[in-house]
Amino acid sequence: MADRERFEELAMGYMGSLYGAALRMTRNPADAEDLVQETYLKAYRAFGTFEEGTNLKSWLYKILTNTFINNYRARRRRPAETELEDVEDLYLYHRLGGLEAAQAGRSPEDLVLERFTDADVKAAVESLPEAFRLAVLLADVEGFSYREIADIVGVPIGTVMSRLHRGRRALQKALHSLAEERHLSTPADVAT
Amino acid sequence: MAYEPCQEALATLYTYLDGELTPDKRARVQQHLDDCGPCFEAFGFEAELKSVIARKCQEQVPASLRERVAEALRAEGAST
Repeated sequence: MADRERFEELAMGYMGSLYGAALRMTRNPADAEDLVQETYLKAYRAFGTFEEGTNLKSWLYKILTNTFINNYRARRRRPAETELEDVEDLYLYHRLGGLEAAQAGRSPEDLVLERFTDADVKAAVESLPEAFRLAVLLADVEGFSYREIADIVGVPIGTVMSRLHRGRRALQKALHSLAEERHLSTPADVAT
Repeated sequence: MAYEPCQEALATLYTYLDGELTPDKRARVQQHLDDCGPCFEAFGFEAELKSVIARKCQEQVPASLRERVAEALRAEGAST
């Protein structure tokens, strides 16, 4: 059996990001906690096969993702990728005033992006279909490279890029809907 | 932004922001951004959005979870 102290020393520091990813995956705190615990147990049992010096974080994420896919996701077939509506490039930017706002000296990111609460952004990420949600989560929240994501999820790099591209655009649309609902993007409340 | 170099830059926006472009292509996009205000603004917005998503999705691990995991590992270690 692997040395528990060594495993804990190396692996426990990733619990915060694994728990965050587990929450976005399961969308449920109780399931997220079970998923994290199961991930650590599996990783500990397999620690003998981990090569020190290679990327422990992506190894842990691979176990997390596989465990989620096998045990936690809804017992239905993965929705077809066509279920994700097509959204154009720069969707949010254009709707938040885009270049005109920037030229008027107010950048849309300062105006609106900071007004999204943590809960808004989490809800928007969680609204994405699973395959797209995983890609966005691994790239934007965890900062994995395309190659690492391909390895974690078990799909080709081209698939990662396409899911990421479409997932990000869908995320922009979800954020825009939230901004509209909460009137975050109305120009009227902008100080001039 | 219908101008051809702008379309070319936009097509690589995400790979650029993700740091996944080859040095040659990266330099090409960088050059365009230096010359083109509208693309510079749009890329800046997307870069900021990416960082906002990362910042606003952070979570605190419940203390009870840390304890549960440590306990499970101890039990696993003792049983083998």
